Amino acid sequence: MVFPDSSSETEQRALTAAVRSKLEEIYRTDSRRVFATLIRLLGDFDLAEEALHDAFRAALEQWPEQGMPTNPRAWLVSTGRFRAVDALRRRARFDFVEDLDDRPDPASEGGGEMDSLADSVGDDRLRLIFTCCHPILSPEAQIALTLREVCGLTTEEIARAFLAAPPTVAQRIVRAKARIRDARIPYAVPTRAELPDRLDSVLRVIYLVFSEGYSASAGDSLTRAELSAEAIRLGRLLSEQLPEPESIGLLALMLIQESRRAARTTPAGDLVLLDEQDRSQWRHDLIAEGTALVEHALACSPAGPYALQAAIAAVHAEAPTAAATDWAQIVGLYDLLLQRYPSPVVELNRAVALAMRDGLAAGLAVIDAILTRGELADYHLAHAARADLCRRLGRNDEARAAYRRALALTRQRPEQRFLKRRLAALGP
Amino acid sequence: MKYLCLICAEKVMEQMPRADADKHFEEYREFTDAIRRSGHYVGCNRLLPPDAASTVRVRDGRISVTDGPWVETKEQLGGYYLIEARDLNEAIQVAARIPGARFGCVEVRPVAEDLQTVRALGFDTQASTC
Repeated sequence: MVFPDSSSETEQRALTAAVRSKLEEIYRTDSRRVFATLIRLLGDFDLAEEALHDAFRAALEQWPEQGMPTNPRAWLVSTGRFRAVDALRRRARFDFVEDLDDRPDPASEGGGEMDSLADSVGDDRLRLIFTCCHPILSPEAQIALTLREVCGLTTEEIARAFLAAPPTVAQRIVRAKARIRDARIPYAVPTRAELPDRLDSVLRVIYLVFSEGYSASAGDSLTRAELSAEAIRLGRLLSEQLPEPESIGLLALMLIQESRRAARTTPAGDLVLLDEQDRSQWRHDLIAEGTALVEHALACSPAGPYALQAAIAAVHAEAPTAAATDWAQIVGLYDLLLQRYPSPVVELNRAVALAMRDGLAAGLAVIDAILTRGELADYHLAHAARADLCRRLGRNDEARAAYRRALALTRQRPEQRFLKRRLAALGP
Repeated sequence: MKYLCLICAEKVMEQMPRADADKHFEEYREFTDAIRRSGHYVGCNRLLPPDAASTVRVRDGRISVTDGPWVETKEQLGGYYLIEARDLNEAIQVAARIPGARFGCVEVRPVAEDLQTVRALGFDTQASTC
Protein backbone atom coordinates (compact mmCIF):
# COMPACT_ATOMS: atom_id res chain seq x y z
CA MET A 1 0.00 0.00 0.00
CA VAL A 2 1.24 3.46 -0.88
CA PHE A 3 0.21 6.27 1.37
CA PRO A 4 0.41 9.43 -0.71
CA ASP A 5 0.85 12.89 0.73
CA SER A 6 -2.08 14.92 -0.47
CA SER A 7 -3.30 17.56 1.98
CA SER A 8 -2.42 21.20 1.91
CA GLU A 9 -3.48 23.17 4.99
CA THR A 10 -1.38 22.88 8.14
CA GLU A 11 -4.16 21.85 10.51
CA GLN A 12 -5.51 19.35 8.04
CA ARG A 13 -1.99 18.04 7.54
CA ALA A 14 -1.54 17.29 11.27
CA LEU A 15 -4.88 15.49 11.33
CA THR A 16 -4.00 13.55 8.19
CA ALA A 17 -0.62 12.59 9.66
CA ALA A 18 -2.35 11.16 12.74
CA VAL A 19 -4.83 9.24 10.60
CA ARG A 20 -2.05 8.07 8.35
CA SER A 21 -0.01 6.60 11.19
CA LYS A 22 -3.14 4.92 12.59
CA LEU A 23 -3.94 3.61 9.09
CA GLU A 24 -0.44 2.29 8.60
CA GLU A 25 -0.87 0.37 11.84
CA ILE A 26 -4.25 -0.99 10.73
CA TYR A 27 -2.71 -1.91 7.40
CA ARG A 28 0.01 -3.93 9.15
CA THR A 29 -2.32 -5.73 11.54
CA ASP A 30 -5.60 -6.06 9.64
CA SER A 31 -5.13 -5.61 5.90
CA ARG A 32 -4.78 -9.35 5.22
CA ARG A 33 -8.01 -10.10 7.04
CA VAL A 34 -9.85 -7.33 5.20
CA PHE A 35 -8.39 -8.71 1.98
CA ALA A 36 -9.52 -12.27 2.74
CA THR A 37 -13.07 -11.06 3.36
CA LEU A 38 -13.03 -8.98 0.17
CA ILE A 39 -11.99 -12.06 -1.81
CA ARG A 40 -14.96 -13.94 -0.40
CA LEU A 41 -17.35 -11.08 -1.16
CA LEU A 42 -16.01 -10.31 -4.62
CA GLY A 43 -14.92 -13.80 -5.63
CA ASP A 44 -11.77 -12.59 -7.35
CA PHE A 45 -8.18 -12.03 -6.15
CA ASP A 46 -7.31 -9.08 -8.36
CA LEU A 47 -10.58 -7.28 -7.83
CA ALA A 48 -10.19 -7.75 -4.08
CA GLU A 49 -6.64 -6.38 -4.18
CA GLU A 50 -7.80 -3.25 -5.97
CA ALA A 51 -10.71 -2.94 -3.55
CA LEU A 52 -8.33 -3.19 -0.58
CA HIS A 53 -6.13 -0.49 -2.06
CA ASP A 54 -9.13 1.75 -2.75
CA ALA A 55 -10.55 1.25 0.73
CA PHE A 56 -7.33 2.39 2.43
CA ARG A 57 -7.11 5.27 0.01
CA ALA A 58 -10.68 6.30 0.84
CA ALA A 59 -9.94 6.03 4.57
CA LEU A 60 -7.01 8.41 4.17
CA GLU A 61 -9.27 10.93 2.46
CA GLN A 62 -12.37 10.57 4.64
CA TRP A 63 -11.22 9.77 8.18
CA PRO A 64 -9.49 13.12 8.85
CA GLU A 65 -12.80 14.92 8.16
CA GLN A 66 -15.37 12.37 9.32
CA GLY A 67 -13.41 10.86 12.21
CA MET A 68 -12.42 7.24 12.72
CA PRO A 69 -15.23 4.73 12.33
CA THR A 70 -16.02 2.63 15.41
CA ASN A 71 -15.14 -0.56 13.55
CA PRO A 72 -12.37 0.35 11.11
CA ARG A 73 -12.06 -3.17 9.70
CA ALA A 74 -15.76 -3.40 8.85
CA TRP A 75 -15.62 0.10 7.36
CA LEU A 76 -12.70 -0.93 5.13
CA VAL A 77 -14.50 -4.11 4.02
CA SER A 78 -17.74 -2.39 3.08
CA THR A 79 -15.99 0.56 1.44
CA GLY A 80 -13.69 -1.72 -0.54
CA ARG A 81 -16.61 -3.79 -1.69
CA PHE A 82 -18.60 -0.75 -2.73
CA ARG A 83 -15.65 0.71 -4.63
CA ALA A 84 -15.05 -2.57 -6.44
CA VAL A 85 -18.65 -2.81 -7.58
CA ASP A 86 -18.47 0.81 -8.67
CA ALA A 87 -15.23 0.24 -10.58
CA LEU A 88 -16.75 -2.79 -12.32
CA ARG A 89 -19.73 -0.72 -13.35
CA ARG A 90 -17.50 2.01 -14.78
CA ARG A 91 -15.36 -0.50 -16.63
CA ALA A 92 -18.45 -2.18 -18.05
CA ARG A 93 -18.70 0.70 -20.49
CA PHE A 94 -15.67 -0.70 -22.25
CA ASP A 95 -15.80 -4.41 -21.43
CA PHE A 96 -18.63 -6.81 -21.00
CA VAL A 97 -18.96 -7.44 -17.31
CA GLU A 98 -21.91 -9.57 -16.37
CA ASP A 99 -23.90 -9.70 -13.15
CA LEU A 100 -23.18 -6.29 -11.76
CA ASP A 101 -24.06 -5.95 -8.17
CA ASP A 102 -26.57 -3.14 -7.89
CA ARG A 103 -26.74 -2.84 -4.13
CA PRO A 104 -26.21 0.57 -2.54
CA ASP A 105 -23.12 1.47 -0.56
CA PRO A 106 -23.26 -0.71 2.57
CA ALA A 107 -21.24 1.91 4.45
CA SER A 108 -24.25 4.23 4.30
CA GLU A 109 -26.57 1.59 5.73
CA GLY A 110 -27.06 0.56 9.36
CA GLY A 111 -24.37 -1.26 11.29
CA GLY A 112 -25.96 -4.72 11.03
CA GLU A 113 -24.28 -5.87 7.86
CA MET A 114 -20.96 -4.39 8.87
CA ASP A 115 -20.93 -6.40 12.08
CA SER A 116 -21.76 -9.64 10.33
CA LEU A 117 -19.04 -8.93 7.75
CA ALA A 118 -16.46 -8.45 10.47
CA ASP A 119 -17.54 -11.52 12.47
CA SER A 120 -16.65 -13.99 9.75
CA VAL A 121 -13.23 -12.47 9.16
CA GLY A 122 -11.25 -15.23 10.89
CA ASP A 123 -12.92 -17.89 8.76
CA ASP A 124 -12.11 -15.88 5.66
CA ARG A 125 -8.37 -16.15 6.20
CA LEU A 126 -8.78 -19.88 6.68
CA ARG A 127 -10.75 -20.11 3.44
CA LEU A 128 -8.02 -18.17 1.71
CA ILE A 129 -5.29 -20.56 2.91
CA PHE A 130 -7.22 -23.53 1.53
CA THR A 131 -7.68 -21.75 -1.81
CA CYS A 132 -4.00 -20.80 -2.04
CA CYS A 133 -2.88 -24.37 -1.19
CA HIS A 134 -5.35 -26.07 -3.50
CA PRO A 135 -3.85 -29.30 -4.94
CA ILE A 136 -4.60 -28.11 -8.48
CA LEU A 137 -1.63 -25.71 -8.05
CA SER A 138 2.02 -26.73 -8.08
CA PRO A 139 3.82 -26.66 -4.70
CA GLU A 140 5.85 -23.61 -5.84
CA ALA A 141 2.66 -21.78 -6.77
CA GLN A 142 1.00 -22.76 -3.49
CA ILE A 143 3.91 -21.34 -1.51
CA ALA A 144 4.16 -18.10 -3.52
CA LEU A 145 0.42 -17.49 -3.41
CA THR A 146 0.13 -18.22 0.31
CA LEU A 147 3.03 -15.92 1.18
CA ARG A 148 1.70 -13.08 -0.93
CA GLU A 149 -2.04 -13.30 -0.42
CA VAL A 150 -2.28 -14.65 3.13
CA CYS A 151 0.92 -13.26 4.68
CA GLY A 152 1.15 -10.07 2.62
CA LEU A 153 4.77 -10.50 1.49
CA THR A 154 5.69 -8.69 -1.72
CA THR A 155 6.64 -10.52 -4.91
CA GLU A 156 10.17 -9.21 -4.51
CA GLU A 157 10.45 -10.48 -0.92
CA ILE A 158 9.25 -13.96 -1.91
CA ALA A 159 11.72 -14.02 -4.80
CA ARG A 160 14.55 -13.04 -2.49
CA ALA A 161 13.60 -15.67 0.08
CA PHE A 162 13.57 -18.45 -2.51
CA LEU A 163 16.50 -17.16 -4.60
CA ALA A 164 14.25 -16.75 -7.65
CA ALA A 165 13.88 -13.89 -10.12
CA PRO A 166 10.92 -11.59 -9.29
CA PRO A 167 9.36 -11.94 -12.79
CA THR A 168 9.38 -15.75 -12.35
CA VAL A 169 7.56 -15.49 -9.04
CA ALA A 170 5.18 -12.84 -10.43
CA GLN A 171 4.29 -15.09 -13.35
CA ARG A 172 3.73 -18.03 -11.01
CA ILE A 173 1.29 -15.92 -8.99
CA VAL A 174 -0.56 -14.58 -12.04
CA ARG A 175 -0.93 -18.10 -13.46
CA ALA A 176 -2.04 -19.56 -10.15
CA LYS A 177 -4.78 -16.94 -9.86
CA ALA A 178 -5.90 -17.61 -13.41
CA ARG A 179 -5.95 -21.32 -12.64
CA ILE A 180 -8.13 -20.74 -9.58
CA ARG A 181 -10.49 -18.57 -11.64
CA ASP A 182 -10.68 -20.95 -14.61
CA ALA A 183 -11.15 -24.06 -12.50
CA ARG A 184 -13.77 -22.20 -10.44
CA ILE A 185 -12.17 -23.37 -7.22
CA PRO A 186 -14.67 -22.62 -4.51
CA TYR A 187 -13.52 -20.18 -1.90
CA ALA A 188 -14.32 -22.36 1.08
CA VAL A 189 -13.01 -24.56 3.85
CA PRO A 190 -13.24 -28.14 2.54
CA THR A 191 -15.90 -30.54 3.73
CA ARG A 192 -15.12 -33.18 6.37
CA ALA A 193 -14.67 -35.82 3.67
CA GLU A 194 -12.09 -33.80 1.73
CA LEU A 195 -10.40 -32.34 4.77
CA PRO A 196 -7.57 -34.87 5.39
CA ASP A 197 -6.10 -34.49 1.88
CA ARG A 198 -6.65 -30.78 1.64
CA LEU A 199 -5.25 -30.17 5.12
CA ASP A 200 -2.15 -32.17 4.20
CA SER A 201 -1.32 -29.77 1.42
CA VAL A 202 -1.85 -26.71 3.66
CA LEU A 203 0.37 -28.22 6.38
CA ARG A 204 3.04 -29.10 3.83
CA VAL A 205 3.11 -25.51 2.49
CA ILE A 206 3.36 -24.04 5.99
CA TYR A 207 6.16 -26.44 6.96
CA LEU A 208 8.05 -25.77 3.71
CA VAL A 209 7.88 -22.04 4.40
CA PHE A 210 9.10 -22.66 7.95
CA SER A 211 11.94 -24.93 6.82
CA GLU A 212 13.08 -22.50 4.15
CA GLY A 213 13.30 -19.85 6.86
CA TYR A 214 14.94 -22.20 9.34
CA SER A 215 17.45 -23.85 7.08
CA ALA A 216 17.67 -22.29 3.64
CA SER A 217 18.18 -24.88 0.90
CA ALA A 218 20.93 -22.79 -0.68
CA GLY A 219 22.91 -19.62 -0.19
CA ASP A 220 24.65 -17.75 2.52
CA SER A 221 22.24 -17.34 5.35
CA LEU A 222 21.36 -20.42 7.34
CA THR A 223 18.31 -18.86 8.90
CA ARG A 224 15.79 -16.42 7.57
CA ALA A 225 13.82 -15.62 10.65
CA GLU A 226 10.98 -13.70 8.99
CA LEU A 227 9.95 -16.60 6.81
CA SER A 228 9.77 -18.91 9.83
CA ALA A 229 7.87 -16.26 11.77
CA GLU A 230 5.30 -16.11 8.95
CA ALA A 231 4.97 -19.90 9.01
CA ILE A 232 4.42 -19.90 12.76
CA ARG A 233 1.82 -17.14 12.39
CA LEU A 234 0.04 -19.28 9.78
CA GLY A 235 0.33 -22.33 12.01
CA ARG A 236 -1.26 -20.43 14.90
CA LEU A 237 -4.08 -19.18 12.71
CA LEU A 238 -4.71 -22.69 11.42
CA SER A 239 -4.73 -24.34 14.85
CA GLU A 240 -7.02 -21.64 16.24
CA GLN A 241 -9.48 -21.84 13.38
CA LEU A 242 -9.20 -25.56 12.69
CA PRO A 243 -7.84 -27.33 15.78
CA GLU A 244 -7.18 -30.67 14.07
CA PRO A 245 -4.49 -32.79 15.83
CA GLU A 246 -2.09 -32.37 12.92
CA SER A 247 -2.53 -28.57 12.77
CA ILE A 248 -1.59 -28.51 16.44
CA GLY A 249 1.21 -31.04 15.89
CA LEU A 250 2.75 -28.88 13.16
CA LEU A 251 2.57 -25.74 15.29
CA ALA A 252 4.24 -27.61 18.16
CA LEU A 253 6.99 -28.90 15.86
CA MET A 254 7.71 -25.42 14.50
CA LEU A 255 7.72 -23.81 17.95
CA ILE A 256 10.19 -26.33 19.38
CA GLN A 257 12.50 -26.08 16.37
CA GLU A 258 12.25 -22.28 16.51
CA SER A 259 13.25 -22.36 20.19
CA ARG A 260 16.77 -23.44 19.13
CA ARG A 261 17.29 -20.75 16.50
CA ALA A 262 19.78 -18.65 18.47
CA ALA A 263 21.78 -21.71 19.61
CA ARG A 264 22.07 -23.44 16.24
CA THR A 265 24.44 -20.92 14.65
CA THR A 266 27.49 -19.09 15.95
CA PRO A 267 27.57 -15.28 15.67
CA ALA A 268 29.71 -15.83 12.54
CA GLY A 269 26.88 -17.86 11.01
CA ASP A 270 28.39 -21.30 11.46
CA LEU A 271 26.31 -24.36 12.18
CA VAL A 272 26.18 -25.81 15.71
CA LEU A 273 24.84 -29.37 16.00
CA LEU A 274 22.16 -30.23 18.54
CA ASP A 275 24.54 -32.05 20.91
CA GLU A 276 26.93 -29.09 20.96
CA GLN A 277 24.35 -26.34 21.41
CA ASP A 278 24.32 -24.09 24.47
CA ARG A 279 20.95 -25.13 25.87
CA SER A 280 20.67 -22.00 28.00
CA GLN A 281 20.17 -20.13 24.72
CA TRP A 282 17.05 -22.13 23.89
CA ARG A 283 13.76 -20.22 24.14
CA HIS A 284 12.08 -22.01 27.02
CA ASP A 285 8.80 -20.14 26.54
CA LEU A 286 8.50 -21.64 23.04
CA ILE A 287 9.49 -25.09 24.33
CA ALA A 288 6.83 -24.91 27.06
CA GLU A 289 4.17 -23.85 24.57
CA GLY A 290 5.26 -26.48 22.05
CA THR A 291 5.43 -29.28 24.60
CA ALA A 292 1.93 -28.53 25.89
CA LEU A 293 0.64 -28.63 22.32
CA VAL A 294 2.43 -31.94 21.64
CA GLU A 295 0.61 -33.57 24.55
CA HIS A 296 -2.68 -32.28 23.19
CA ALA A 297 -1.88 -33.53 19.66
CA LEU A 298 -0.72 -36.95 20.87
CA ALA A 299 -3.89 -37.44 22.92
CA CYS A 300 -5.73 -37.97 19.62
CA SER A 301 -5.18 -41.42 18.20
CA PRO A 302 -3.57 -42.35 15.90
CA ALA A 303 -0.90 -39.65 16.17
CA GLY A 304 -0.05 -38.05 12.83
CA PRO A 305 3.42 -37.46 11.38
CA TYR A 306 3.71 -33.84 12.57
CA ALA A 307 2.60 -34.74 16.09
CA LEU A 308 5.17 -37.57 16.23
CA GLN A 309 7.98 -35.39 14.90
CA ALA A 310 6.98 -32.72 17.43
CA ALA A 311 7.10 -35.36 20.18
CA ILE A 312 10.67 -36.29 19.15
CA ALA A 313 11.66 -32.62 19.15
CA ALA A 314 10.06 -32.26 22.60
CA VAL A 315 12.10 -35.17 24.04
CA HIS A 316 15.29 -33.41 22.86
CA ALA A 317 14.03 -30.11 24.26
CA GLU A 318 13.34 -31.61 27.68
CA ALA A 319 16.87 -33.00 28.13
CA PRO A 320 18.95 -30.66 30.31
CA THR A 321 22.16 -31.87 28.59
CA ALA A 322 22.84 -33.77 25.37
CA ALA A 323 24.08 -36.74 27.41
CA ALA A 324 20.82 -36.84 29.36
CA THR A 325 18.74 -37.33 26.20
CA ASP A 326 16.19 -40.14 26.48
CA TRP A 327 17.32 -42.00 23.34
CA ALA A 328 15.14 -45.03 24.07
CA GLN A 329 12.03 -42.85 23.91
CA ILE A 330 13.27 -41.16 20.74
CA VAL A 331 13.92 -44.48 19.00
CA GLY A 332 10.45 -45.63 20.12
CA LEU A 333 8.83 -42.55 18.57
CA TYR A 334 10.80 -43.06 15.34
CA ASP A 335 9.59 -46.68 15.28
CA LEU A 336 5.99 -45.44 15.44
CA LEU A 337 6.63 -42.81 12.78
CA LEU A 338 8.30 -45.32 10.48
CA GLN A 339 5.58 -47.88 10.98
CA ARG A 340 2.79 -45.44 10.03
CA TYR A 341 4.57 -43.12 7.61
CA PRO A 342 7.55 -44.96 6.13
CA SER A 343 10.21 -42.80 4.48
CA PRO A 344 13.97 -43.22 3.99
CA VAL A 345 14.69 -39.88 5.69
CA VAL A 346 12.83 -41.05 8.81
CA GLU A 347 14.80 -44.31 8.64
CA LEU A 348 18.03 -42.31 8.55
CA ASN A 349 17.02 -40.21 11.57
CA ARG A 350 16.01 -43.35 13.44
CA ALA A 351 19.42 -44.88 12.66
CA VAL A 352 21.17 -41.88 14.22
CA ALA A 353 19.04 -42.24 17.37
CA LEU A 354 19.70 -45.99 17.35
CA ALA A 355 23.46 -45.31 17.33
CA MET A 356 22.99 -43.34 20.54
CA ARG A 357 20.85 -46.03 22.17
CA ASP A 358 22.53 -49.26 21.01
CA GLY A 359 26.03 -48.16 20.05
CA LEU A 360 27.66 -46.43 17.08
CA ALA A 361 28.27 -49.62 15.08
CA ALA A 362 24.60 -50.62 15.24
CA GLY A 363 23.56 -47.21 13.86
CA LEU A 364 26.22 -47.31 11.16
CA ALA A 365 25.05 -50.72 9.96
CA VAL A 366 21.52 -49.36 9.44
CA ILE A 367 22.80 -46.25 7.61
CA ASP A 368 24.94 -48.41 5.32
CA ALA A 369 21.92 -50.59 4.55
CA ILE A 370 19.89 -47.48 3.62
CA LEU A 371 22.71 -46.10 1.45
CA THR A 372 23.12 -49.46 -0.29
CA ARG A 373 19.45 -49.33 -1.32
CA GLY A 374 20.36 -46.11 -3.17
CA GLU A 375 17.37 -43.95 -2.24
CA LEU A 376 19.43 -41.50 -0.19
CA ALA A 377 22.65 -41.80 -2.23
CA ASP A 378 22.44 -38.09 -3.17
CA TYR A 379 21.19 -36.83 0.19
CA HIS A 380 24.05 -34.95 1.85
CA LEU A 381 22.80 -35.57 5.39
CA ALA A 382 22.97 -39.36 4.91
CA HIS A 383 26.68 -39.09 4.08
CA ALA A 384 27.26 -36.56 6.85
CA ALA A 385 25.62 -38.93 9.36
CA ARG A 386 27.75 -41.85 8.13
CA ALA A 387 30.87 -39.68 8.33
CA ASP A 388 30.06 -38.65 11.89
CA LEU A 389 29.61 -42.25 13.10
CA CYS A 390 32.82 -43.40 11.32
CA ARG A 391 34.71 -40.49 12.89
CA ARG A 392 33.53 -41.41 16.38
CA LEU A 393 34.41 -45.06 15.73
CA GLY A 394 37.95 -43.98 14.76
CA ARG A 395 37.48 -45.15 11.16
CA ASN A 396 39.07 -41.96 9.83
CA ASP A 397 39.57 -42.90 6.17
CA GLU A 398 35.92 -43.82 5.79
CA ALA A 399 34.90 -40.68 7.68
CA ARG A 400 36.94 -38.48 5.34
CA ALA A 401 35.45 -40.09 2.22
CA ALA A 402 31.90 -39.65 3.56
CA TYR A 403 32.49 -36.00 4.58
CA ARG A 404 33.82 -35.31 1.08
CA ARG A 405 30.75 -36.92 -0.47
CA ALA A 406 28.46 -34.84 1.77
CA LEU A 407 30.42 -31.69 0.93
CA ALA A 408 29.96 -32.30 -2.78
CA LEU A 409 26.21 -32.65 -2.34
CA THR A 410 25.26 -29.66 -0.17
CA ARG A 411 24.51 -26.20 -1.52
CA GLN A 412 24.24 -24.52 1.90
CA ARG A 413 27.34 -22.48 2.65
CA PRO A 414 27.21 -22.80 6.48
CA GLU A 415 26.82 -26.55 6.03
CA GLN A 416 29.82 -26.58 3.67
CA ARG A 417 31.91 -24.68 6.21
CA PHE A 418 30.88 -27.14 8.93
CA LEU A 419 31.85 -30.17 6.83
CA LYS A 420 35.18 -28.58 5.91
CA ARG A 421 35.95 -27.97 9.58
CA ARG A 422 35.20 -31.61 10.39
CA LEU A 423 37.40 -32.75 7.49
CA ALA A 424 40.26 -30.51 8.60
CA ALA A 425 39.99 -31.81 12.18
CA LEU A 426 40.51 -35.36 10.89
CA GLY A 427 43.92 -34.37 9.53
CA PRO A 428 45.32 -35.20 6.10
CA MET B 1 8.41 0.63 -5.48
CA LYS B 2 8.25 2.40 -8.82
CA TYR B 3 7.69 0.59 -12.10
CA LEU B 4 7.87 1.89 -15.65
CA CYS B 5 5.19 0.49 -17.94
CA LEU B 6 6.27 0.77 -21.58
CA ILE B 7 3.39 0.48 -24.01
CA CYS B 8 4.15 -1.15 -27.34
CA ALA B 9 1.70 -1.71 -30.18
CA GLU B 10 1.65 -2.19 -33.94
CA LYS B 11 -0.34 1.03 -34.40
CA VAL B 12 0.02 4.31 -32.55
CA MET B 13 -2.82 6.85 -32.36
CA GLU B 14 -1.77 8.70 -35.53
CA GLN B 15 -2.01 5.48 -37.54
CA MET B 16 -5.51 4.55 -36.40
CA PRO B 17 -8.81 5.54 -38.06
CA ARG B 18 -10.05 8.72 -36.42
CA ALA B 19 -13.03 7.09 -34.66
CA ASP B 20 -10.84 4.30 -33.22
CA ALA B 21 -8.27 6.81 -31.98
CA ASP B 22 -11.02 8.91 -30.34
CA LYS B 23 -12.33 5.88 -28.52
CA HIS B 24 -8.81 4.88 -27.48
CA PHE B 25 -8.06 8.36 -26.15
CA GLU B 26 -11.24 8.17 -24.10
CA GLU B 27 -10.14 4.81 -22.65
CA TYR B 28 -6.79 6.33 -21.69
CA ARG B 29 -8.53 9.28 -20.07
CA GLU B 30 -10.61 6.87 -17.94
CA PHE B 31 -7.62 4.70 -17.04
CA THR B 32 -5.33 7.62 -16.17
CA ASP B 33 -8.10 9.20 -14.12
CA ALA B 34 -8.57 5.90 -12.26
CA ILE B 35 -4.90 5.43 -11.38
CA ARG B 36 -4.64 9.07 -10.30
CA ARG B 37 -7.50 8.44 -7.90
CA SER B 38 -6.03 5.15 -6.69
CA GLY B 39 -2.63 6.72 -6.01
CA HIS B 40 -0.68 4.51 -8.40
CA TYR B 41 0.03 7.36 -10.81
CA VAL B 42 3.48 8.95 -10.81
CA GLY B 43 3.80 10.18 -14.39
CA CYS B 44 3.00 9.37 -17.99
CA ASN B 45 3.43 10.54 -21.56
CA ARG B 46 2.30 9.59 -25.01
CA LEU B 47 5.05 9.60 -27.64
CA LEU B 48 4.75 10.82 -31.23
CA PRO B 49 5.14 8.05 -33.84
CA PRO B 50 8.57 6.48 -34.42
CA ASP B 51 8.96 8.38 -37.73
CA ALA B 52 9.45 11.47 -35.56
CA ALA B 53 12.40 9.82 -33.83
CA SER B 54 16.04 10.73 -34.21
CA THR B 55 18.72 8.44 -32.89
CA VAL B 56 21.90 10.06 -31.64
CA ARG B 57 25.32 8.47 -31.20
CA VAL B 58 28.69 9.96 -30.34
CA ARG B 59 31.72 8.10 -31.68
CA ASP B 60 35.28 9.44 -31.46
CA GLY B 61 33.84 12.75 -30.31
CA ARG B 62 31.61 13.11 -33.39
CA ILE B 63 27.86 13.25 -33.28
CA SER B 64 25.97 11.06 -35.70
CA VAL B 65 22.21 11.22 -36.10
CA THR B 66 19.99 8.75 -37.90
CA ASP B 67 16.25 8.87 -38.66
CA GLY B 68 13.87 6.65 -36.83
CA PRO B 69 14.04 4.61 -33.65
CA TRP B 70 17.23 2.81 -32.54
CA VAL B 71 15.62 -0.52 -33.12
CA GLU B 72 13.13 -1.36 -35.85
CA THR B 73 10.41 -3.74 -34.72
CA LYS B 74 6.86 -4.43 -35.74
CA GLU B 75 5.68 -3.14 -32.37
CA GLN B 76 6.42 0.48 -31.62
CA LEU B 77 6.89 2.29 -28.33
CA GLY B 78 3.80 4.48 -28.02
CA GLY B 79 4.02 5.86 -24.50
CA TYR B 80 4.65 5.06 -20.88
CA TYR B 81 3.28 5.21 -17.37
CA LEU B 82 5.48 5.53 -14.32
CA ILE B 83 3.57 3.99 -11.43
CA GLU B 84 4.01 3.36 -7.73
CA ALA B 85 2.96 -0.12 -6.60
CA ARG B 86 3.38 -2.34 -3.56
CA ASP B 87 5.12 -5.04 -5.56
CA LEU B 88 5.61 -6.50 -9.02
CA ASN B 89 2.27 -8.31 -9.03
CA GLU B 90 0.40 -5.13 -8.17
CA ALA B 91 2.30 -3.34 -10.95
CA ILE B 92 1.35 -6.12 -13.38
CA GLN B 93 -2.27 -5.74 -12.34
CA VAL B 94 -2.19 -2.00 -13.04
CA ALA B 95 -0.34 -2.58 -16.32
CA ALA B 96 -2.99 -5.08 -17.41
CA ARG B 97 -5.57 -2.28 -17.25
CA ILE B 98 -3.64 -0.01 -19.63
CA PRO B 99 -5.88 0.16 -22.74
CA GLY B 100 -2.95 -0.58 -25.07
CA ALA B 101 -2.37 -3.94 -23.35
CA ARG B 102 -5.43 -5.28 -25.19
CA PHE B 103 -3.92 -4.52 -28.62
CA GLY B 104 -0.17 -4.56 -28.09
CA CYS B 105 1.86 -5.30 -25.00
CA VAL B 106 3.15 -3.55 -21.91
CA GLU B 107 6.65 -4.11 -20.59
CA VAL B 108 6.85 -3.62 -16.82
CA ARG B 109 10.30 -2.65 -15.57
CA PRO B 110 11.19 -1.97 -11.93
CA VAL B 111 12.91 1.37 -11.40
CA ALA B 112 16.37 0.94 -9.89
CA GLU B 113 16.39 2.22 -6.32
CA ASP B 114 19.83 1.10 -5.16
CA LEU B 115 22.01 3.59 -3.31
CA GLN B 116 24.48 4.10 -6.15
CA THR B 117 21.67 4.95 -8.57
CA VAL B 118 19.95 7.21 -6.06
CA ARG B 119 23.23 9.13 -5.51
CA ALA B 120 24.17 9.27 -9.19
CA LEU B 121 20.79 10.71 -10.11
CA GLY B 122 20.82 13.19 -7.22
CA PHE B 123 17.64 11.79 -5.62
CA ASP B 124 19.30 11.71 -2.20
CA THR B 125 19.41 15.50 -2.11
CA GLN B 126 15.97 16.13 -3.62
CA ALA B 127 12.62 15.53 -1.99
CA SER B 128 11.21 13.56 -4.86
CA THR B 129 12.45 11.17 -7.51
CA CYS B 130 10.25 12.50 -10.26
